[in-house]
Amino acid sequence: MIEVFLEWRFLTIAPCDAAEPWQLGSQDAATPIMQGIIDLHHDIFFFLILIFVFVSRMLVRALWHFHEQKNPIPQRIVHGTTIEIIRTIFPSIIPMFIAIPSFALLYSMDEVVVDPAITIKAIGHQWYRSYEYSDYNSSDEQSLTFDSYTIPEDDPELGQSRLLEVDNRVVVPAKTHLRMIVTPADVPHSWAVPSSGVKCDAVPGRSNQTSILVQREGVYYGQCSEIRGTNHAFTIVVEAVPLKDYGSRVSNQFILQTN
Amino acid sequence: MAEIELKTAPADFCFPSANQTRHCFTRYIEYHKCLKAKGEDAADCQKFARYYRSLCPLEWIEKWNEQKESGTFPAPL
Repeated sequence: MIEVFLEWRFLTIAPCDAAEPWQLGSQDAATPIMQGIIDLHHDIFFFLILIFVFVSRMLVRALWHFHEQKNPIPQRIVHGTTIEIIRTIFPSIIPMFIAIPSFALLYSMDEVVVDPAITIKAIGHQWYRSYEYSDYNSSDEQSLTFDSYTIPEDDPELGQSRLLEVDNRVVVPAKTHLRMIVTPADVPHSWAVPSSGVKCDAVPGRSNQTSILVQREGVYYGQCSEIRGTNHAFTIVVEAVPLKDYGSRVSNQFILQTN
Repeated sequence: MAEIELKTAPADFCFPSANQTRHCFTRYIEYHKCLKAKGEDAADCQKFARYYRSLCPLEWIEKWNEQKESGTFPAPL
């Protein structure tokens, strides 16, 4: 009985990989970078709360005691060497505690640990995405390319999220280092997937790379993060599949697209 | 489906940051220089060809190929 209850309880908890209504916190991490970002957020938040409580205590206390009858004579202290030194040194130590994890994350995001296994190009157009998987071309013409359009509001099937689903998802293998090359065909765009901790701007004439290691299988939703005109809400859906299924999924996708 | 070996253009430390525009351009030029040095059918040059095809968007490759044919390519090949 208790097992049934526990199973029922835990099956309803699924990882949050898309925006939820009234969501306050981050989506669940799918990559080490996102996990690092969330951990950094927790580190900073601790110091934030400390400072907030300290400052608000002082403010509230000052307001509370500002009373002509109860405290008619204010303090006349204007100097105090010891406290001035403490209140200068101590707040400059706090940003050091914040900076250490922050810089560690920043530089580790750029580190090349291993060479990527796959390169996927995400090309932004107004207003859809096209993806190119060109690692296996034997000539300049043939390439695994497909377009990815957001499913319009009137068309989604039951269970699909409004304005978040696309017709062709980007299929990537999980637990594999991949390099995303992001570039636009027309105007600036931005390729963002919050649960993977990725936001890479696509600037015309420039090709930006970002490195992702998706640690768990699943479907991750993101949105273009550079507004470029009307009907702009177009989305990015990354589907991470086990490595052994990757080859067949990608070739199926290509067959479906060309048909 | 047979297991496909996953490999792609390696990370080049000459281009360590996010901007890979120059990396893609350099691989394209390297391929054509290799072809010029070793002849049209050299198998060694295919490595560079794979690298630039992985890194460069198709649009750019098509544009550069056209420029090469019309003699307006903006770099010595």
